[in-house]
Amino acid sequence: MTFNMNRRGVLKAGAAAGLVAATVKTASAAAHATPKKGGTLRLGLAGANTSDSWDGRTHSDSFMIVMAHGAVFDCLTEIAADGSLKGELAESWEASADAKTWTFNLRKGVTFHNGKAFGADDVIASLNMHTAEGAKSAAKPIVSAISEMKKMSDHQIVMTLAAGNADFPYLLSDYHILMYPAGGADEAIAKGIGTGLYKVDNFDPGVRCNLSRVANHYKGDDAGHFDSVEAIAINDSNARQTAMMTGQVDCINRVDTKAEALYNANPNVEIFEVTGNQHYTLPMLTNVAPFDTLEVRQALKHAINRQEMVDKILLGHGAVGNDHPIGPANQYYAADLPQNEYDPEKAKSLLKKAGMDGLKVDLSAANAAFPGAIDAAQLFQASAKAAGIEINVVQEPDDGYWSNVWLKKPWCACYWSGRATEDWMFSTNYELGVPWNDTHWENARFQELLLTARAELDSGKRKDMYTEMQMLCSTDGGTVVPMYANYVDAHSTKLKHTEAVGNNFQMDGSRMIERWWFDA
Amino acid sequence: MNSVLGIILQRLGLGLLTLLVVSILIFASVNALPGDFAQAILGQGATPEAVAAIREDLGLNKPPITRYFDWLAGVITGDFGTSFAQANMSSFAGADTGKGGIASVADQMWPRFKTTLFLAGTAAAISIPLSLLLGILAALYRNSAYDRFINVSTLSAISSPEFFLAYILILFLSFLNPILPSLSNISEGMPFLDKLYYTLLPALTLTLAVTAQMMRMTRAAIINLLASPYIEMARLKGVSPMRVILIHALPNALAPIINVIALNLAYLITGVVVIEVVFVYPGIGQLFVDSVKNRDIPIVQACCLLFATVYILLNLTADIMSILSNPRLRHPK
Repeated sequence: MTFNMNRRGVLKAGAAAGLVAATVKTASAAAHATPKKGGTLRLGLAGANTSDSWDGRTHSDSFMIVMAHGAVFDCLTEIAADGSLKGELAESWEASADAKTWTFNLRKGVTFHNGKAFGADDVIASLNMHTAEGAKSAAKPIVSAISEMKKMSDHQIVMTLAAGNADFPYLLSDYHILMYPAGGADEAIAKGIGTGLYKVDNFDPGVRCNLSRVANHYKGDDAGHFDSVEAIAINDSNARQTAMMTGQVDCINRVDTKAEALYNANPNVEIFEVTGNQHYTLPMLTNVAPFDTLEVRQALKHAINRQEMVDKILLGHGAVGNDHPIGPANQYYAADLPQNEYDPEKAKSLLKKAGMDGLKVDLSAANAAFPGAIDAAQLFQASAKAAGIEINVVQEPDDGYWSNVWLKKPWCACYWSGRATEDWMFSTNYELGVPWNDTHWENARFQELLLTARAELDSGKRKDMYTEMQMLCSTDGGTVVPMYANYVDAHSTKLKHTEAVGNNFQMDGSRMIERWWFDA
Repeated sequence: MNSVLGIILQRLGLGLLTLLVVSILIFASVNALPGDFAQAILGQGATPEAVAAIREDLGLNKPPITRYFDWLAGVITGDFGTSFAQANMSSFAGADTGKGGIASVADQMWPRFKTTLFLAGTAAAISIPLSLLLGILAALYRNSAYDRFINVSTLSAISSPEFFLAYILILFLSFLNPILPSLSNISEGMPFLDKLYYTLLPALTLTLAVTAQMMRMTRAAIINLLASPYIEMARLKGVSPMRVILIHALPNALAPIINVIALNLAYLITGVVVIEVVFVYPGIGQLFVDSVKNRDIPIVQACCLLFATVYILLNLTADIMSILSNPRLRHPK
């Protein structure tokens, strides 16, 4: 990872900087004056579709996440820019000792954009939307873990979980779990009626969205500095870049890093990036030979040159991975874990220890897995040669990659956008028996820790447990994690932000609309 | 005039037949696209069960022949169906909400098509008078430096890919001299002049792409006539060169010119896909590109069919106009 701290402020955060929390520093502290009010923020966003709607259950791409989760709607909880958890529509919460029963106190005096007051009924109705008959929400696993919801008063609600989960309030900050008015959810989905800082003036799915600031909002003057927002759907990366360069928009997401030099040459534009949890992986099926041999897995982990991949595949816009799925945007990210280094000699001796003279394996890859996956596989092939490992790169077709290659071929390429909590990430693709466990990895200690940590409320103990689990993945697990890919956005130099910037998603954790402001 | 009506009806019938053939071609080629909607929309989540469930929901597991006739029957009754993405999104809601307001393909396409027509109209309003003027002047001053210059420059413009022309225009008119916006951020309720302002750059790009053909056809058609005896007669009786061209030559040269204009109009409407993507112009081209990327077959098919219809209708118009402008065709023996 290159460290480029000139005044134009290429921003970096995360692993290599050794920062556990989502802290981003710019060179000039003066950039962060007190927020100024006013102005229209113009966004050029990738990830828009003509079928977009205000239904949080369907959200999966940037445009609607930034609009709905980031401006129009609110969740019960919010991950702050510094990575800590704070209340959004919930003012406070407490858990029983077994992390099974959670009492949420809701904020008072909150109204929806149509004037309806927000209360406990809305929470129950909004959560039930995810478990409705036939609903296909991505947040269904979170909500269906709730066995009972009890309204204590208009502003207090008690939720009982089927099994203890210390991360429950964290999970409620998920961008799918938005709060809609009870009984009026259909209308709210059609028109975009939420409790957020901005209300919808005009929405043309896949084309444009106009928002304006709500007067007298419960978040007060600390957030929502722009008077209005105009978001334009620009799915084409060249067009997005042109719009940014010609000053037609103030901020764009998903910058094509190949054009970095052009951005740097423009004095009105700043590139802005954070390392979050988004990582590229090479999972092996650990129940298939030769990957069932621990030494083979370890040899491969020492036969890959991760820094070279970050430099050549991500052009420096990322950080090296350490063969576990927890990233800098996670609470218990173990930044000081021993790094699996490129060491061909060590890889050779590991193979010898397993009684092998050399190793010949197939690695299936397609760029559908992640941009540059085939190149990455070829780099791996070259670096592994020095360790006497012969990797045969199998180029798979993009179409049908996820149905025919991933989870099927013994060794392939894959990517994960990461999850807000360690437990969520591990139980999505490392827990034994879950459908997306792409390594079939069996480790008794890991599975035991997973269950214990889930119900443990003491954060010191959880840190120890999650560190050990990351260690187990790194030394024993079946996934090679070459790199974390940064979220790279670009914005006008007129835009300012607080020192801490969220790294749980692109665009300041998708909340730049309410957190950023224009200077002058 | 009856024979003209007969010709029009005959052409319309042939047009419908062509459309039917085109519909088969569209259906076959769209189905030959690799991958399908279920896989495109599910991405990493494309487990065989999930793919099968979506295919079942959308009727993709029926045999192609059945699907073709289902689709054709719908199209004939004016029902282009529901886009896969819309149908899939609404199925997220499950039993309780959001079943009512699903936009149909026609609902989604119509506003986009209107926006595209505005762009095509603006481009036509600039390019047709411009190329007629340039062509007439080129015929008047044929083989002069002006003639050569205008030929070389319009031919270079038509020989460059459109996206390249678009970026050149952006560089000069939007980046180096910020006169025009590179982002065609137009919306329904915008005042006409604002709309025009935001449409100008893509319209100019299209103008560059179509001017050469119309200009050169005008020039060639007029020059062709200038050798005729009646033009010589006009010249001999002392008519000015400009008048010779405008009053004597042009009316007789109209048929081929109208033909080329109609063809270029069709191109303006159906060929805007790349231009719309470059300028983020919210027309039907963008919708088409997004839908191809998502393998959203109902929209792709409807767009193709719309483009084919526009092409056939404009060709038909060209034929009819050239018949009307030619007395010999108007009164066949």
